[in-house]
Amino acid sequence: MTSRLWQLGFASRFFIAIFLYSGTSFRRFQLTLREVFFSGVMSLIIIMVSGLFVGMVLGLQGYDTLQRYGSAEALGILVALSLVRELGPVVAALLFASRAGSAITAEIGLMKATEQLSAMEMMAVNPIARVVAPRFWGGVISMPLLAALFSAMGIFGGYLVGVVLIGVDEGSFWSQMQATVDFREDIVNGIIKSFVFGVIVSWVAVFEGYDAEPTAEGVSGATTRTVVTSSLAILAADFVLTALMFRGV
Amino acid sequence: MNRTALDLWVGFFVAIGLAAVLFLALKVGNLSASSSGETYALQAKFDNIGGLKVRSAVKSSGVVVGRVAHIDYDSANYVAVVSMQMDARYKFPRDTFATINTSGLLGDQFIGFEVGGESEMLKAGESIKKTQSAVVLEKLISQFMFNQASDSKDKK
Amino acid sequence: MNQEPLVQIRDLNFSYDNRKILSGINLTIPRGKVVAIMGSSGCGKTTLLRLIGGQLKPSSGEVKVNGQIVDQLDSAGLYAMRRRMGMLFQFGALFTDMSVFDNVAFQMREHTDLPEDLIHDLVMMKLHAVGLRGAQNLMPSELSGGMARRVALARSISLDPMLVMYDEPFAGLDPISLSVIGVLIRKLNDALGASSIVVTHDVQESLKIVDYVYFVSAGKIVAEGTADEIRQSKIPYVHQFVWGEADGPVPFHYPSMPYGDEMMQAVN
Repeated sequence: MTSRLWQLGFASRFFIAIFLYSGTSFRRFQLTLREVFFSGVMSLIIIMVSGLFVGMVLGLQGYDTLQRYGSAEALGILVALSLVRELGPVVAALLFASRAGSAITAEIGLMKATEQLSAMEMMAVNPIARVVAPRFWGGVISMPLLAALFSAMGIFGGYLVGVVLIGVDEGSFWSQMQATVDFREDIVNGIIKSFVFGVIVSWVAVFEGYDAEPTAEGVSGATTRTVVTSSLAILAADFVLTALMFRGV
Repeated sequence: MNRTALDLWVGFFVAIGLAAVLFLALKVGNLSASSSGETYALQAKFDNIGGLKVRSAVKSSGVVVGRVAHIDYDSANYVAVVSMQMDARYKFPRDTFATINTSGLLGDQFIGFEVGGESEMLKAGESIKKTQSAVVLEKLISQFMFNQASDSKDKK
Repeated sequence: MNQEPLVQIRDLNFSYDNRKILSGINLTIPRGKVVAIMGSSGCGKTTLLRLIGGQLKPSSGEVKVNGQIVDQLDSAGLYAMRRRMGMLFQFGALFTDMSVFDNVAFQMREHTDLPEDLIHDLVMMKLHAVGLRGAQNLMPSELSGGMARRVALARSISLDPMLVMYDEPFAGLDPISLSVIGVLIRKLNDALGASSIVVTHDVQESLKIVDYVYFVSAGKIVAEGTADEIRQSKIPYVHQFVWGEADGPVPFHYPSMPYGDEMMQAVN
C-alpha cells in the first residue's frame, strides 16, 4: 500500500518534470515528430481497420434493433453518436495503449536497463528532456488524430453495412445524423476525451518505462503494467468525463 | 529511415487525421448548419416545456432558426422561461406564436414559430407573448379515453 | 599546468537503504595519470564512479573534482562539470536507435552549435582514433562487443574531456579486443592530456596500462600502489586477487551453518 502511494507520488512528480523539461520537445520539434511517427503513423493500420469493423458491427446490430421499432433511418444517429462520443475515443485509446504505449514503455525501459539513460545523464543531457518528453508529446499529439480517424472509419463502416448492404435510405442516414450530432456537444467533447486519454496513456507509458526495474523481467512487467494501468485509467476517466459532459439538463 | 521520409509520413498522418476531424465536423455533425455567426436573444414563457432541452432547435417552417440557450423557472408565476439564441439573419413579427412540438411520435422536442401578421419585428431580449405548451402524451390519452367513455355512455 | 590532483576523495561514506556500501574512502587521481580501482564484483566500485559523476550523493565526506565539491553543485553546475567528463559504461550503453556516427556526434549536437560539416570532421577524427571510421553507418545492433566498446569509447571522448571514467571496460571481451581496448585507454589518455579512472576486476590487462592502483574490498580501500608494488604485494587479499586463487581471505563458501550440523538436521 505504501509502495503504491510512493509510486503515485513519484508518478506525479514525474508528470510535472515532463512539463518542466518540455522546452526541448518544441524547440527541436524534429525529436517530437519522430515520436509522432512511431506512435501515430505506426498505429494507423490497426486504428483504421478496427474502426471500420466496429462501425460495421454497429451498423448490423443497430439496424437489427432499430428496425423493430420502425426507425431504421435513425441508424446514422446511432452509429455516429456511439462512435463520436464513446467508442471512438475509448477504443482508439485502448488500442493505442497496447500498440504504442507498450512500445514506448519497452523502449524507455530497455534504454534504462542498458544504461543508455545513465550515459545520457553523464553526458550532461537530461533524459527527461531528451527521451521522455518527446515521446510524451508525440503520444499526446497522435491520440486525438487517431480517435478522429477511428470515428470517421467507423461511420464509413456503418454506412457500408447500413446503406450499401442493407439498404437504409442514404439521404435520411446522413441527414438524421447531421441534424442530431452536435459539433460542440458531441464532436468537440469527443476530441477533448481523446486528448485526455492521450495524456493518460503517454504519461503511464513513459512513467512505467522510466520506473522499470533495469532487467529483462522488469521491462516486460512494466510493459504489461502500462497496458493494464492505462486501460483501467482510460475507462475510469471516461466515466468521469462522460458524467461531466453529457449529464443533460 | 531518413528524415524526409519520416516527415512525409508524419505529414500524411496529420493530414488524414485533420481530414477525419473535418469530416466529423461537416459531414457528421451540424457545424455547417449551426452558423456560428451573429445571434440575438428571445424569451418565451411556457406552462409546460415537456422534454425540451438546452440546445434544442427552434424552427420556423421546418428550418432551424435558433437554439435554446437556457431554461429557467419563474417562481413568481410558476412557469418555465426559455431563452433562445436566434440567428441574426432571421427576424420575426411581434405576434409570432411559439409552440413546443415533437418531431415524430417519440422524437426530440423543439420550439416551432408560427409567424403572425404584425409589421413590427421582435427585438433582442424581448419576450414572445403567445405560447403553447408541450403536448403531454399521457394527458392526451386520458382525455381521449375519457371522451370515449362519455361517448359510449351518451349512446346508451 | 595546474598541479592540484584532478579528483580528491576525502573520508567518503555512502550507504544505500541503511546498507553501508563505501566507508572511509580516501583516493586521489593525479592529472594525466591512469588509475585503476580494482576489487571483486559488488564491492562498490561502480558506486564510486557514480559518486564522482554526481549521479549519487555521498552520505558523508566529500568528492572534489577539479577543485569543485561535486555534491554542492547545483544542477547547472553539475551539468557543466559533466561536459568535461567522459564515461564508458559497462556494456557501452550506445544509443540503440542511432547509428555509430550519430552516437559519437550526440554530445556535439546537444552541447555545441557547431555546423554539421565540422561535426562530421570531428566525428571522423574520433572514430579514426578507435579505428572504426569504416563503421560509421552501422547501427549498434550490427556491432560486435569489442567494436561497440570502441564506439562507446569514441563517444565518451567526443568533447575532449579532462576526466574519462571506465566502468569494467574489459568485461566480456575476447583477448584481442581486450588488449585493443587496453592500449586505446592508455593512448587516448596521453593524447588528450586527460586523466582516467579504470574500474575493473581484470587484473592482468589493467596492470599493463595503469600508473596506480587502488584495491577496494567490502567498501574499504585495502591496498594501493603502482602496478609493480601490487604484483609484489604480500597482503593476502591482494595476493589472492592478483593471482586468481579460489580460496583465501575471500572464502569459497557463502556464510552458512557448519556442514555437519546441516547434514544432521536432514537426518533428524
